[in-house]
Amino acid sequence: MSAEPILNLSPRVSDEIRRTTCYMCACRCGIDVHMKDGAVRHIEGNRDHPVNRGVLCAKGSAGVMQHLSPARLRAPLRRVGPRGSGEFEEISWEEALETAVSWLRPLRETAPERFAFFTGRDQSQSFTGWWAQAFGTPNWAAHGGFCSVNMAAAGVYTMGGSFWEFGQPDWERTKLLLIFGVAEDHDSNPIKIGIGKLKSRGARVIGVNPVRTGYNAVADDWLGITPGTDGLLILALVHELLRTGRIDLDYLSRWTDAGFLVDEAEGAGHGLILRDGEGRPLVIDRRTGQPAPWDVPGVRPDLAATHQGARTVMQHLAERYLRPEHAPEAVAGRCGIAAERIRALAAELARVAFDEAITLDQPWTDFRGERHATMTGRPVAVHAMRGISAHSNGFQTCRALHMLQILLGSVEVPGGFRFKPPYPKPATAHPRPHGDARPGQPLDGPHLGYPQGPADLLVDADGNPKRIDKAFSWENPLSAHGLMQMVIPNAHAGDPYPIDTLMLYMANMAWNSSMNTGAVIGMLTETGADGEYVIPRIICADAYASETVAYADLVLPDTTYLERHDCISLLDRPICEADALADAIRWPVVGPERPGHAGVRPFQSVLLELGHRLGLPGMVAEGGGPAYRDYADYMVRHERRPGIGPLAGWRGDGSESGRGAPNPGQLARYVENGGFWHEDIPVAARFFKPWNAEYQDWAVARGLCDAPQPYAFSLYLEPLRRFQLAAEGHGDRQPPDHLRDRIIQAFDPLPIWYPPFEETRIDPAGYPLHAVTQRPMAMYHSWGSQNVWLRQIHGQNPLYLPGEVWEAQGFAPGDWAYVTSAHGRIRVPVARMDALNPHTVWTWNAIGKRRGAWALSPDAPEAVRGFLLNHLIGELLPGQDGGRIANADPVTGQAAWFDLRVRVEKAPPAVASEPALPPMASPVGQGPETVRFGGEGR
Amino acid sequence: MTALPADTPRKLGLVIDLDICVGCHACVVSCKEWNSQGHGAPLVDTDAYGAAPEGTFLNRVHSYEVVPQDGPAQLVHFPRSCLHCENAPCVTVCPTGASYKRAEDGIVLVNEDACIGCGLCAWACPYGARELDGVERVMKKCTLCIDRIHNETLPEPDRVPACVRSCPTGARHFGDFADPESHVSRLVAERGGYDLMPGMGTKPVNKYLPPRPKDRPLLAAPAEEVAGDAVGFLGWLDRALARL
Repeated sequence: MSAEPILNLSPRVSDEIRRTTCYMCACRCGIDVHMKDGAVRHIEGNRDHPVNRGVLCAKGSAGVMQHLSPARLRAPLRRVGPRGSGEFEEISWEEALETAVSWLRPLRETAPERFAFFTGRDQSQSFTGWWAQAFGTPNWAAHGGFCSVNMAAAGVYTMGGSFWEFGQPDWERTKLLLIFGVAEDHDSNPIKIGIGKLKSRGARVIGVNPVRTGYNAVADDWLGITPGTDGLLILALVHELLRTGRIDLDYLSRWTDAGFLVDEAEGAGHGLILRDGEGRPLVIDRRTGQPAPWDVPGVRPDLAATHQGARTVMQHLAERYLRPEHAPEAVAGRCGIAAERIRALAAELARVAFDEAITLDQPWTDFRGERHATMTGRPVAVHAMRGISAHSNGFQTCRALHMLQILLGSVEVPGGFRFKPPYPKPATAHPRPHGDARPGQPLDGPHLGYPQGPADLLVDADGNPKRIDKAFSWENPLSAHGLMQMVIPNAHAGDPYPIDTLMLYMANMAWNSSMNTGAVIGMLTETGADGEYVIPRIICADAYASETVAYADLVLPDTTYLERHDCISLLDRPICEADALADAIRWPVVGPERPGHAGVRPFQSVLLELGHRLGLPGMVAEGGGPAYRDYADYMVRHERRPGIGPLAGWRGDGSESGRGAPNPGQLARYVENGGFWHEDIPVAARFFKPWNAEYQDWAVARGLCDAPQPYAFSLYLEPLRRFQLAAEGHGDRQPPDHLRDRIIQAFDPLPIWYPPFEETRIDPAGYPLHAVTQRPMAMYHSWGSQNVWLRQIHGQNPLYLPGEVWEAQGFAPGDWAYVTSAHGRIRVPVARMDALNPHTVWTWNAIGKRRGAWALSPDAPEAVRGFLLNHLIGELLPGQDGGRIANADPVTGQAAWFDLRVRVEKAPPAVASEPALPPMASPVGQGPETVRFGGEGR
Repeated sequence: MTALPADTPRKLGLVIDLDICVGCHACVVSCKEWNSQGHGAPLVDTDAYGAAPEGTFLNRVHSYEVVPQDGPAQLVHFPRSCLHCENAPCVTVCPTGASYKRAEDGIVLVNEDACIGCGLCAWACPYGARELDGVERVMKKCTLCIDRIHNETLPEPDRVPACVRSCPTGARHFGDFADPESHVSRLVAERGGYDLMPGMGTKPVNKYLPPRPKDRPLLAAPAEEVAGDAVGFLGWLDRALARL
C-alpha cells in the first residue's frame, strides 16, 4: 500500500465571522456568515440564536447563491418596451426618485387613495405601514390575505394569539403533537428541531393532511383527509370529547367564556353576552348562585347555570356539537376518515391530555389574585397552517381547532400550545382599522386591525368599500391582513374605484402570488380608450428580475439580504420564543456592489428618502432635511410611543430593555451579540400568560402593552354575532341585501363547518378531484429558483395523482395530463403518488417560472415543464353573473386557494406545460454557464 | 488495485435516523456549500441557469414510497452518501491508488492528484455514492468533512461534518463506531441500526436507524359515554362542576 497523502486537516476557514439574520424564508434564523478575502464564503447557523440554535435549512445554506444570483437587479429601471416585454433602460437614482415623487406628490395632494402600496414577504410591515399612513392612502397591506390570515385572525379572535411566529408547541414537554394542514411553514427550523426532539423522546406525532410528505411523512399516524373537510373532523372530535365528558372544566370555567351568559331575549341584543353596567361579562357565581363579573376575585363561574332565560356559552356549545350531525359516523364519508379512527383519535387526545397530565412545581398568581401552588399541563400540542386556512371555510375551521385545544385545556399550559411575546394579546387590544383618506393629510390611524362589529367597517355612508381591496367591507369584514390578491383585479375593474399608481414590494403578483395569473397579466397590460394602461403606473421594488418586475414602469432595485439593515421587531413579527422576548437585526455584512451600474439601495432607506422629498410627517427634520439618514438610523431613533422603538434591546444607556430612550450605540450592541437580543421571561410568568399576573406586569414593564390586559378565551365570538345581528336587520349600519344570508350563515359565533364555496357553485361531478399545492422545504419563501443549488432539487413540478386515478385512466410514467377547472385548463406532467388522499391531486408551489424571468434560459425546466396551478383558480367566486365577490373566506377575505376542484384527463405526449406564455426579455441578461463556487484562486 | 487497511483503530462515520428525516435537503446543501471550498476541487455546477443544470453533490436525499399490505402508503426520505465501508470496493478497484481508506480513522478519500477520472470506483460502489465532477474531471465523494472534524481552528462543537452541523431535526449523528460506548454505537444498539445492503459484503461504517412503525392502533381505550345529548350533558356538567 502506498503512503497516504499528507493532508492539511486544519485549514483556516474564514478571516472573520459576521453574524446576521437569514432571509431565505420567513423563519428568521441566526446565521454566521464566514468572510474570506472580503467575500462571503460560507453561511452556517448561529448556535446561540434562539430560533435555530445552530441548525440551518437547505435554503439558508444556499443563501450565498441567492446573494450572488445573476438575477440581481443592478440599477433603477425605466420601462421602454410595452409592459411585460422586460425591455428597460437603466436610469440614475436621482431620476428614479424624482420620477416616483412626480407621480406621488399630486396624488397625495388630491386623492391619496389613488396610490396603492402593497408588500409581499417583506419583514418591515410596521415600517411600510407607518410610511403609508403618513402618505395618507388607505390602500396598504402585506400579503396575509393570500397567505394565512384565517389562521391569524381565528387565533387572535379566539384566544389572543395564533400559530406561526406567534406561538409554538411546548416542544420540551408535549407528548402528542397534532399537525393540521402543515407542509412547510414560517417556523421552518423550529418545527424541524421540535419534531426531531419530541419523536426522539418517544412522543407521538399525528398528521392530518391530504398529502403525506415532509412532516406528515415522519408522523406516527397519518389521516389523509379530504381537503376542505377539516372542520367536520374537528367538530366530530369535539362531539366525542363532549359525549365522553373529556373536557377540562376547571380550565374552561376559570380562563374562558364558557361560563358567560348569552342573552336569549329577542331583539337587538339577542345572542350577545350579558354584561354589567361597566361592560364586564357576567357569569353565575357557583358560590352564591348570583350573577357576578367574570373577573372578580374568588368567582367560580357556573358553566351549567341559567339566568333569566340566558344560558351559558358551555350549554350552547354542548347543544350544538352533541347533535347527531357532528357524530363521527355522520362525517366519516365526507372527511375520508373512518368513524372508528375519529373516535380513537378523540380518545387518544383525551387520554394524553388528562391521564398523562404534567404538573410543574411552579407557584404563580392569577389576575384575580388567586395563588396557585403548581402549574398543571395537558401535554397535547397542535400546530396548523395553510392547509386548513386557505379555504372559504377556513376561518371557522381554524376557530374550531382552537376550540378543540381550549376544551382540552391545552393552551398556554405545560406540554400544550404556548404563545410567544408580544402575544398573548386579545383582539380587543389591537387597533381598529382606519381608512379615511384626506388630501394632503396622513391617514386617520393604522390601516389594519380587528373589527369588533359593523361600526368598525371601512365603508362609506352607502356601504361602499373605502379600500381598493375591499378589506373590512361587508364582503370580508374581519380581513385583518387585507386582500392583496384582489388589488390588481379591483383596480382594473375600477371597483370600488380606479387607482393611479400601484407600488409593489417583494411580491410576485404577475406570477405565483396571484390567483388567475393569466388574466391578471392581462389586467396589467390592458389599455383604455385613451391608449393608456388601465392601471396607469406601476412601481416595483425587488432585488431580482422577477416576472412582476417586467410589468413595472419604474423599478427600484433592492439589495440582497446580506447587504442591508433590517429589524425583526417587536412592533412587527419578532423572533420571540415562548420563554423569551427577542428581536433581531440584519446588517450589511457586505456592501451592495454592482460595478458598472447605478447600484441598488435598501428599499426601506429609499422609502425614507421618498418620504422626505414628499414632505411626509415624521420624515422631515426641523431644518427641512431628512428626519432619518437611512433605515438603520430609523431603527435606532424612531419612537412609536415614547421610549418604544423598533428594537427593544440595549435601549437608553444600554441597560434598558423594551422601554428606554434611543441609544446611538444600539446597533453595535446587536452586532456584538450576534445580531439579536434576547431576554428570558421570569420562570413564574412562562405559562398561563393571559391570566398570569407576573407575566402581565412583566409585559407592561417591557413595553408590550401599557396596562395589564387579562382576558377570557372566546369559544363564542361575540363580534361575529354583531355582524349577524346587522344582517338580521338590527342597527343602522346595514349590509347590502345580497350579502345578508351569507353573513348570517358564515358569522356563526360558535365554530361551524360549511362546504367550500366553489363546489357549491359548480357541478362537482364534472370536477371530482380536489387540487392543492404544498410548499417544498428546500424552496419555501425562496421562490427565486435562479438559485443554482436549490433549482437542482426542485427544478420542475409534476402534478401528483393518487394511485386510483392513475390506474383508472391508464397513466404511465412520463405522461401529460389536461387539468380542467371551472375556470380554465392547463397541460402538465404527471406522476403517481399513493400516500395521497384518493380524491386529491397536488403539486409543489411556485416552482414554475415564466420564460425569460430570473436570468434563467428560456428553456429552463422551470419554464418548460414547471407550471402554476394558479391559472385554474379564479380570483372571483364562480357563477356570479357579473358580481365581483372574491373567491375568499367570507369572514376574513383569505384567498380560497384550496377550494379548487378539477378533473384530470390524459393528454397526448407533450414537451411543454400549457399555458406557455411568451418569453420576456431579461433586464439583467442570463446567468453564467458554469458556477465554480470556491474554485476561484485555486 | 489499491489495498485496504486491515483494520482501523477508529471507524468514523454517520448514523442517520430515518424516523425523523423529513427530507428537507438541509444536509444536501450545507454539504455542497462546505465542500465546494473544502478538501479538494470545488463542486462545479454546469448549465447552471439553463435547461439541464447538473452539479456535483456528495450527499443527496431520495424519497421512496412504501405501500404496506395493511396500511396507508408511506414516504421514506433517504439521505445517501459514502458509507466509508470497511471492505470498500471503490478502493480496491482503483487503478492508481487515488482512492484509499485512511488507516487512522477509516475515512475513504480520493487523492485528487492521483485520480485520472476513469470512473471505475463509481461503477464499483453499489451505493452510487461517488460523482465525477464534470469540469474538474476528478472523482468527488463524501470526505466526512475531514477538513472540519479534525480542524483545530474550529471550536470543538463545530468539528463535525457540515451535514450534521446543519441537520434541523437532529437526524444525523457523527462518531466512532469502533468505540462501543460512543453515542453512535449506542444509538445503533438501541434502535436497531442497520447496514445498507449487507449482502454486498462491503461492511459499511455508516448505519441507518429504521423508521418506527407507523399507523399503529392508538393507545386509548374507547371512552365511556357520559351524555348522549344536551340534556344529559347538562346533568353531567352540574355533577362534574360540583366535584371541582
